[in-house]
Amino acid sequence: MRDGGPATRIRRTPMLTVRNLTKSFTTPEGAKVRVIDVADFHLDPGGQIALRGESGSGKTTFLHLIAGILRPNSGVITIDGVEMTAPGESRRDALRAAKIGYIFQAFNLLQGHTVLENVLLGMSFAPGGADGVRARAMLDRVGLSHRLQHFPRELSTGQQQRVAVARALANRPKLVIADEPTGNLDNRNTAGALDLMKDTCRECGAALLLVSHDDATLARFDNVRDFTEINRMDNASRTPWGQPRKPGEAPSRTVE
Amino acid sequence: MTIPLIIYRSLRQHALSTLVTAASIALATGLLMTVWMVRAQSQRAFLETSTSFDGVLAARGSELQIVLNAIFHMESSPGNILDADYERIKKHPAVKAAIPVATGDNYKGWRIVGTVPELFTDAEHTSGTKFTIAQGKVFLPGAHSREALAGSFAAAQLGLSVGSVFRPSHGLAHAPDHEHDEEYRVAGILAPTNTPADRVIWIPLDGARHMAGHAESSRSELSAVLVRLRAPSAGFALDQYYNKQGGRLTFAYPTSAIIADFFNKIGWFDRVLALVAFVVVLVAAGSVLASIYASMSTRQRDIAILRALGARRGTVFGGVVLESMVIGALGAACGFVVYFVLMTGAAELIREQTGVVISVAAWHAVLVWCPLGMIALGALGGIIPAVKAYRVPVAETLSPLS
Repeated sequence: MRDGGPATRIRRTPMLTVRNLTKSFTTPEGAKVRVIDVADFHLDPGGQIALRGESGSGKTTFLHLIAGILRPNSGVITIDGVEMTAPGESRRDALRAAKIGYIFQAFNLLQGHTVLENVLLGMSFAPGGADGVRARAMLDRVGLSHRLQHFPRELSTGQQQRVAVARALANRPKLVIADEPTGNLDNRNTAGALDLMKDTCRECGAALLLVSHDDATLARFDNVRDFTEINRMDNASRTPWGQPRKPGEAPSRTVE
Repeated sequence: MTIPLIIYRSLRQHALSTLVTAASIALATGLLMTVWMVRAQSQRAFLETSTSFDGVLAARGSELQIVLNAIFHMESSPGNILDADYERIKKHPAVKAAIPVATGDNYKGWRIVGTVPELFTDAEHTSGTKFTIAQGKVFLPGAHSREALAGSFAAAQLGLSVGSVFRPSHGLAHAPDHEHDEEYRVAGILAPTNTPADRVIWIPLDGARHMAGHAESSRSELSAVLVRLRAPSAGFALDQYYNKQGGRLTFAYPTSAIIADFFNKIGWFDRVLALVAFVVVLVAAGSVLASIYASMSTRQRDIAILRALGARRGTVFGGVVLESMVIGALGAACGFVVYFVLMTGAAELIREQTGVVISVAAWHAVLVWCPLGMIALGALGGIIPAVKAYRVPVAETLSPLS
């Protein structure tokens, strides 16, 4: 395993460590824009942390990097002691399937599959495989045991969110990543959804990493950090889709 | 468990295109198998029937016409030959059996053929198989016998049974005003042979020739002599004798080669049919590709979600290929229904037209390689969409740029 440098050794091995992580995108004009530059970030096992980030701040990219959906240009991410950034896409896929649960703003439920099948598919690619008993227990936990054979379109938004929570936790992940999970919920549902997420993560022993720009959401977390503090990008180049700096003006090291 | 579930749900989600695609594959599979089987089976049936006799002696004419008329009861006889010709070939040392036949009468369009009882007692209708009488007995020979032996199909179609009485007409086609005065009584019914003989009503040779209305001179004439040789090679001497010398007679020999040659001549028709079937198959494979490819844009999100849940690129690639294989397999399975329907129709038509019976349930390798080929084509059609699935950019698809 590559070492990220003279990092501070923590007493407890963190669940998630991120060191010297950088990610750049190439704009359609051909310019390289750095979106992510995270020197050090970690999350303890079972810990819960909320990151405050505006849209376009690179927070989704950051989560995609942690989940191994994207590869960084440099830096190391380890999850539960295993290096997510090591080469090999299918290795990352397997690691994601085994260790990570992902909750999206748009829920991203599979519309052609029933509620139960959606949760089963949350475990299908993990080493343990699909476990019907576990899936039913999770859906029971989120209060949807009466909706097993329904399709997502037949559920309310709040119910769909709960399916997403059950699916994210079905594979007994070590880390649950939630990207604006309350963005599609009204205020009444938000608090309940967040409590459910926090409680179930705690019950399952999973760490929770949530990003949001919504103050009501962030208020329900004890540990809230500004993503802009973690990600050392200044405002002008913080989004690859916005108006990037010209390459010569890039504030720091150019990548690669 | 996972992949079958995903495929099942995907097929359900795109049920209409699944059905249309599977139906087009079913048609293609059924059509191709039918064309193949009809060709193989009818050739086999015709060749088997043609080998019941090694050669046919008839008036100078086309060998094919002679064989079709004397063995397959199609076409007309090129002319008559003399009793003396029959007596001569019958006594030839190479000849094991010689059966004379006289054609030229019909009953309601069904051919009446005059012959000798030995055809039913000694000769074979297909190589190795003799005639059997289902009911009654063989007609009595002789100029004054008014008995008939009906082929099974003709008897069934005409409603004839043992004891039935009918009046033959002159000529090969049904013409009521050409009815003969003589009444014939059905003495027996033949068991089905699955050959053209099933379509014939057999009467004694002499009776046929002595029917009132037939020319006096024709009483010592025949249409043809069916010849079975002691050794097949002996036919070359007869061939030399009849065909290379003199111009009055033709010895059509060997019958199987004449029929095989005939099939070769009409082979272009087979090839056109096969070509059409293959084009249909290609269109079906294209439809798999088109239907899955068309739904790819809506599947893209599902694929990205599955990838986010930990599915590998190879898994989604294999899933799409497998899905199109399943469509191919569904189509191929339904293709057997199409096949049985088409084949039953074709068999009935061929039986009605020729008396040759082809079996719908017969075995042929095409019944394996055609469905397997369709499944393989389905897989092939799935490859391009699968490549697209393989390349789905997960991050961009899950979090569209906004």
